[in-house]
Amino acid sequence: MKVSIWRGGKVGRFVAYEVPRLENQTVLDVVTYVQRKLDPSLSYRFSCRVGMCGSCAMTVNGKPRWTCRTHVSKVAVGGTLEIAPLGNLAVIKDLSVDMRVFFDKWAKAGGAFKGDKTRDDDFALIKPADKQRQNANAGIECIGCGVCYAGCDVVRWKPDYLGPAALNRAWTLVNDARDTQGPVRLQLIAGENGCLGCHSQQSCQEHCPKHLSPTASIAGLKRAVSVAALKGRL
Amino acid sequence: MTSHRSHPSYWAFVLHRVSGLVLAVFLPFHFSLLVQATEYAVGFDGFLKWSEQPMVKLAETGLIVLLALHLTGGVRLLALEFLAWRDWQKTLVAVCGGLSLAIGLLFLVNAV
Amino acid sequence: MNADLAYADKMDSRLWLIQRITAVVLAVAVVVHLATIIVAVQGGLSAAEIVSRVGGSLGWAMFYGVFVVAAGLHAPIGLRTILREMTPLSPGATNGLMIAFGTVLMGFGFRAVLAFYEMGGG
Ligand code: SF4
Ligand code: SF4
Ligand code: FES
Repeated sequence: MKVSIWRGGKVGRFVAYEVPRLENQTVLDVVTYVQRKLDPSLSYRFSCRVGMCGSCAMTVNGKPRWTCRTHVSKVAVGGTLEIAPLGNLAVIKDLSVDMRVFFDKWAKAGGAFKGDKTRDDDFALIKPADKQRQNANAGIECIGCGVCYAGCDVVRWKPDYLGPAALNRAWTLVNDARDTQGPVRLQLIAGENGCLGCHSQQSCQEHCPKHLSPTASIAGLKRAVSVAALKGRL
Repeated sequence: MTSHRSHPSYWAFVLHRVSGLVLAVFLPFHFSLLVQATEYAVGFDGFLKWSEQPMVKLAETGLIVLLALHLTGGVRLLALEFLAWRDWQKTLVAVCGGLSLAIGLLFLVNAV
Repeated sequence: MNADLAYADKMDSRLWLIQRITAVVLAVAVVVHLATIIVAVQGGLSAAEIVSRVGGSLGWAMFYGVFVVAAGLHAPIGLRTILREMTPLSPGATNGLMIAFGTVLMGFGFRAVLAFYEMGGG
């Protein structure tokens, strides 16, 4: 099978490799084969190989994907693969990108939980059927892979836009009954670089390997921000 | 080569943006023509006659379709943003497109 | 965490909200507009026909007045977003341009509405 892989940093080029086609082969297997057998200088990232850590995302035939759980058979159009680093992030080398901006934006969006209970307090009781609990549930399985961020054109056009993952995280916290940062959170994510910048293009939801819908979370934030703004609380 | 943009919700976004842009640019001309209509009623009838040409009719139909697209696409966006989230967005996109074309067709049929 | 929303963010949020509110108004107005067009265009248009329909009518004048205000807000806010995302124009220049565009739009629009109103019923 013919595989072309991005080599270099911001400037670089695609280099073609010949990789044996195996059954049940993942894209990560292909990259690993190249690094182990053909060119040990190839840089890329992975860890868990089972879709939990979120470190293996790359651009495969034009689309952002987690590579450890993407089968070659699903994506190799015409039997070829083109593997590039994730978009919207600075390339360090080959297939490794600098994820710092991505995670800094989580912090900017108020991604940290802040409660007021101590270990001596009892557990907070939250019913599984609770509306807020279900909202949070819908967004909580994010593995921080950056696939949605790479697929979002608003990030592409406005580098300061917080992006789908960070906003999705903020929405789970807005819905966390134990959290104490309510109004402050909304201020962090209002504005054009926050949830109001999203155009509901849904590329994030289309590509999220965990099938989350950051678009839906962002819509929730938009509603919360609208209510706060109308009540003069913004 | 595929891209992260090849899915219906993205096309809907592109249509919404392009139709909005064209309509915004067209609007000042639309208004100034209306003013002319009242100021020089005779000349305006001449203009209306000019607008009977097939090419102009086609352009008008295009504008109607764009307006309908921006309308239906906009209602869709309001629904996505302010109503409970739904999982049938693709159907929604198709409904908007279909409705817009139908409106355009209705105009064309009535106009000629 | 900063407690106060930056001025620019507050502005953005207001404009965003205005954009949605005018969208709701426009949704209704455009449906009426499209229906009118399709009905009116049957049997051909003439200046006299248009004037006799809308001329001097306070109801239509008010309808189109609201229409013009909503469009005059909605269009520049939308264009502003496009300019901000897709051109290297500075935020200040963009805002200035859009205020000008909105003013022109509303000016032209009101002139048209007034002109028809003053024509009186045909
Ligand atoms: S829905 Fe919003 S956040 Fe998601 S890709 Fe589109 S613009 Fe980005
Ligand atoms: S929302 Fe989905 S695509 Fe985005 S970082 Fe989380 S798991 Fe990855
Ligand atoms: S290697 Fe952990 S998610 Fe792919």
